[in-house]
Amino acid sequence: MYPASFTYVRPADLAAAEAAFREADDPRYLAGGMTLIPTMKQRLAAPSTLIDIARVPGLSFIRREKDTLVIGACTRHATVAAAPEVRAAIPALAALAGGIGDPAVRNRGTIGGSLANNDPAADYPSAVLGLGAVIRTTRRTIAADAFFTGMFSTALEPGEIITEVAFPGPRRAGYAKVRNPASGYAMAGVFVAETGKDVRVAVTGAGACVFRAAEMEQALARSFTPDALADVRVAAADLNADIHGSAAYRAQLVRVMAARAAAAALSGA
Amino acid sequence: MDEFGIGAPLPRLEDVRFITGRGRYTDDIPMSGLAFMEVVRSPYASARIKGFDISAAQAAPGVLLVLTGEDARAEGFGGYTSKMRKTNRQGEPNFEPPFRILEAERVRFVGDPVAIVVATSAEAARDGADLVLVDYEELPAISDIKAALAKGAPLVWDEVPNNECVFVELGDRKATAAAFAQAAHVAKGEFAISRVAHASIEPRVGIGLYDPVEDRYTLHAAVQAPHTTRNEIATRIFRIPENKLRVISPDVGGAFGGKGYSHPELALVLWAARKCDRPVKWVCTRSEAFLADFQARDNLAQVELALDANGKFLGVKVKNVLNLGAYLTNAGLQCGFHHVGSICGVYTNRNVDWEVSAVFTNTTPIIAMRGAGRPETTFMIERIIDIAAAEMSIDPAELRRRNLIPTAAIPYDTGFVHTYDSGDFEKGFDTAMRMADWAGFPERRARSQARGKLRGIGMAYAIESAAGVRDETAEIRFDTSGAVTIVVGTHSHGQSHETTFRQVVASMLGIAPKDMRMIYGDTDLTPFGRGTGASRSMTVAGSALVCAAERIIARGKQIAAHMLEVEESDIAFDAGVFTTRATNRSVDLAGIARFAHDFRQMPAHLGVGFAERVAFVSDGINFPNGCHVCEVEIDPATGETSIVGYWLSEDVGVVINPLVVKGQAVGGIAQGIGQALCEKIVFDGESAQLLTGSFMDYCMPRAKDLPAIEIKSQEVPAPNNPLGVKGAGESALVGALPAVINAICDALRPLGVKHIEMPATPARIWEAIEQARRAKAA
Repeated sequence: MYPASFTYVRPADLAAAEAAFREADDPRYLAGGMTLIPTMKQRLAAPSTLIDIARVPGLSFIRREKDTLVIGACTRHATVAAAPEVRAAIPALAALAGGIGDPAVRNRGTIGGSLANNDPAADYPSAVLGLGAVIRTTRRTIAADAFFTGMFSTALEPGEIITEVAFPGPRRAGYAKVRNPASGYAMAGVFVAETGKDVRVAVTGAGACVFRAAEMEQALARSFTPDALADVRVAAADLNADIHGSAAYRAQLVRVMAARAAAAALSGA
Repeated sequence: MDEFGIGAPLPRLEDVRFITGRGRYTDDIPMSGLAFMEVVRSPYASARIKGFDISAAQAAPGVLLVLTGEDARAEGFGGYTSKMRKTNRQGEPNFEPPFRILEAERVRFVGDPVAIVVATSAEAARDGADLVLVDYEELPAISDIKAALAKGAPLVWDEVPNNECVFVELGDRKATAAAFAQAAHVAKGEFAISRVAHASIEPRVGIGLYDPVEDRYTLHAAVQAPHTTRNEIATRIFRIPENKLRVISPDVGGAFGGKGYSHPELALVLWAARKCDRPVKWVCTRSEAFLADFQARDNLAQVELALDANGKFLGVKVKNVLNLGAYLTNAGLQCGFHHVGSICGVYTNRNVDWEVSAVFTNTTPIIAMRGAGRPETTFMIERIIDIAAAEMSIDPAELRRRNLIPTAAIPYDTGFVHTYDSGDFEKGFDTAMRMADWAGFPERRARSQARGKLRGIGMAYAIESAAGVRDETAEIRFDTSGAVTIVVGTHSHGQSHETTFRQVVASMLGIAPKDMRMIYGDTDLTPFGRGTGASRSMTVAGSALVCAAERIIARGKQIAAHMLEVEESDIAFDAGVFTTRATNRSVDLAGIARFAHDFRQMPAHLGVGFAERVAFVSDGINFPNGCHVCEVEIDPATGETSIVGYWLSEDVGVVINPLVVKGQAVGGIAQGIGQALCEKIVFDGESAQLLTGSFMDYCMPRAKDLPAIEIKSQEVPAPNNPLGVKGAGESALVGALPAVINAICDALRPLGVKHIEMPATPARIWEAIEQARRAKAA
């Protein structure tokens, strides 16, 4: 398992990173590398240049801005999972981070890397969309609803780097997922949040890209209880079907996980 | 010697090495001037090769050598052959496909090797392999049995119409038909036994060396049977005398049958070493292993069980179709034949009508894996019993009890293949029922139900045949200091032989295990041996050690008599010491050994030296057996299963080391649970491309998926070997498949689910529940 040869650069700051990106043929930013490196080793990706931003100063932090929790793009999953600020402000987010992959992944992988990659079965996109978070980059601010544009695709422009993610604190939130028995990725993961303004339900793993489930949001807005979801039908038409499960099975999991996420939100877990 | 002799729970002597990182695997062997090989493999399941262009690869930095199928053909190499020959539907000898180390004209599965690139670094070899251009003309392909047998299916081999390589009828069709005519009930089932990967932790690996002065090869490789590997490569491929090849197999990180026989890469590193005059190493990657490691199981079975009104078994009919993959490996066919006798189980049924058919497909070839046919056969009988029990509304344990071979009837001729020479199935059954608290299950089910969960219990009473390859040689050798070395032709790669073989010798000779040295895994250093497989090592190599120890004692008595100046009949041997009854003088084994090496003192008629080598041949196979009970709880909302209890009451004969026997049983059950719940190799139905090419899609069981497993040993000694042992390496896996599936089907039965195919994944369980719900509603 050897990747094709590539150039490795470690810029001192974000401006240097963006400059390196402009100059290279086929560059990729490297943060935790938890997806990119295995993909390169399998030679499914062969970038000419890796620009390592993991050690750029000022990208790994967690801070409160009034009711908003701001997490630096290069903050590791394990750090988010363990951080008292996160556990106090949005316990569901800490729990989600603590359930990503395995300990090795949680100690290397970063929130910015996960969002920029936008794997259809990644956990973080559901929290970002479910909480109505804002993604701040080297160039602008992007609302979660506009960020995730499709399978492995986002609103980021070439060279643009996520710097931090701002999560408005919800009244309550919960996350539940069923892992793919082989890979451990979410077969279906549902993030449910009552924000104060509205109820948001974001689904990952089941479709080509994280999405909001409008009917579930309406049902939970009427009554924020697991039972409120009992009669909500989840359409299987647009869901994934593969050797691990049919679209109908994923629709079932979305319904069950949504109810469990609501229950988790109510129990404050 | 109670603290470390036969029966002692001696902690494994090899553990210190392995858990402190001092294990030495093939990839760890330092070698100067080492070159690295990369294999170029077919990206198509079926294609004609129109040509090779290797010029860019040859010119790549670091590349030393590029060889293709055309070069292999020019060398005049032979090919691998099947150990077993059978007949086709016309009664003619079955077609034996040429199985070369590199293909030049046709490729028949994704991963079929067509060329190699050798370079100064592994990275350069990998880059060079990307530059080998092969011009393919893609052809239609087939991956599963039904597609292979369909009318007008593409042919894997032009010589084999309908892709059917073998068709054989076994048993007694007439008597079975008569028995079925008397039946009050016939239970029918169709089972797909899934294809799985051996998935050993250490991938396959080999380092080839060639000495041009001696014109001799050395292969360092992870293999289970060094002499067998030597025979295959020297005799079949290179067509050279076997003394021109030495095979050394150091520590091996798991094999399960997947390293029992030679794959093309091991001959390729040797050929490459000769061609580029350097040692050449190949290490299989996990991705490559999924494509090119021979795979296991994969067959379809139609099973019918005839019963009288009281549930007595009258006869069983089986139609079994095996998927062989694209070629016949050394042991691929055996998986369909060697273990059909297990269909009789531990029951008094005597009528069997068995049909075997074996077909080629454009998939990775099939080879033996732990159990090698016994898990399949045991699944057939143990699953159909549960189906019959449900249909006749009899408790499945009770139905088995009614048909058990009584202990008083042993030895018992099943009327089909086997005569069971020992066993106590009644005791095994009763013990398992108690261990699992079978009677208390309804209450546990009710408790689960109250929490919205489905609970099920399943039983399987497995019996298998072990140690079918009946000869093995072992040596006990004393050096001039009086210390002992034992030498065996088997290979230990998880079986704990370094501990248990020493325990056998310790019991016989009174020498502490830690004071012995043990040699195995080198064709230059060990007598001819058939390696480790088919649960044979303790039965045959252990018995060979017993015989060698007996000879050591006999010779020791002769020498002691001379040393102590008494008649041989006056010498007694106990715990390593020879004593005269008359004078109470004594000499220990070390003293004898030192004396025996002194030609000035030894009488001429006794000769010098103190070593004995014995080639042991057992009188027959043995029959390990065990009653498994598995209990599961299922979440109907997600289909997720947890195994909440697992009990095994097993008889592997005399237990040499209870820790080791338990370890083998737990490992076997874990592997069975893997196949029952999650593992499956899947090919695309159209292109025959592998869809489960990594652990992201091929699901291995995790530690958290496994329950605490409770095991009790019955220890009914086998009569046909001096240790009284039965094979312990495979028997637990054999029963685990049906026990788990029976438990799941029991949990789902109240919802109207009759059967579920392995692996019983959450998705499949939920679909089965939905289907049953829809059927009920309709």
